[in-house]
Amino acid sequence: MSEHHKDHTGGKLGMWFFLLTEIMLFGGLFILYAVYLKRYPKEFISAGEQLDIRFGGGNTLVLLTSSFFVAMSITALRRKAKRVTLCLLSGTIGFAVLFMINKYFEWSAKIHHGIYPGSPHMKEIAPGESIFFSLYYITTGLHGLHVIIGILLLSWAWFAIKTDRVNHKDWLLLENVGLYWHLVDIIWIFVFALYYLVL
Amino acid sequence: MSEHEHIVSYKIIVIIWLVLLVLTGVTVAVSYLNLGALNIWVALGIASTKSALVISFFMHMKYERPIFKLCLLVTLCILAIFIGFTFIDVLYR
Repeated sequence: MSEHHKDHTGGKLGMWFFLLTEIMLFGGLFILYAVYLKRYPKEFISAGEQLDIRFGGGNTLVLLTSSFFVAMSITALRRKAKRVTLCLLSGTIGFAVLFMINKYFEWSAKIHHGIYPGSPHMKEIAPGESIFFSLYYITTGLHGLHVIIGILLLSWAWFAIKTDRVNHKDWLLLENVGLYWHLVDIIWIFVFALYYLVL
Repeated sequence: MSEHEHIVSYKIIVIIWLVLLVLTGVTVAVSYLNLGALNIWVALGIASTKSALVISFFMHMKYERPIFKLCLLVTLCILAIFIGFTFIDVLYR
């Protein structure tokens, strides 16, 4: 039986290539934000004031901590501490779920006030404001979808470690899922700055 | 081969995490000050610093071979061109 040849560095570089395309994807959305901020500065400011910095800031802390846990889990796995690895990975997933729970409450509050794409209220407010909210929903919605995908990937890694498919000799799956997760965190860092802090 | 790859210590990961939390606090606090046009640049500056820390340590980039760093650099340059040329257009309409 020939051993399946694995290229750890190549596999990791492949994931990085994918992440670079994700940077371009979200970068495009941020450019839209910048162009429309330039065109509608007052409307962006007044719309931005309607976003709650506690939801944004809280979720920033949640994702930073989630990233912290997954980074720790890789070190743990490489040091052959399998149970610690699984605990840390559970923490990562737990905080990711917490992020989505916060997002649910934040979006629910907005939707309750009639602020959602296609709502009657959106037609009444100034064009600059409705553009702000459209961008907010598209960007945070796409990001939220990435969080959900991340939860699935992290869970997959959890089971792969539990069954020893991923271990201290072959940890590329965990490393790559971790890289993806850190990028999701970085995207949120910029979403938080542009949507919650600046305006 | 990959066994020789550097492992980031628990200590460094914890320190970087704490620095990230502090920077988050700083950026929130600064957002309450009125610095006019400077607000957005301070916010983006702190966000970039936080991202650099996540990339360098959590994503292990500091310890990767040059090709990884080159690929990221090229991407950021492309993004900068995308932003720059858009604004050369938009700012002078």
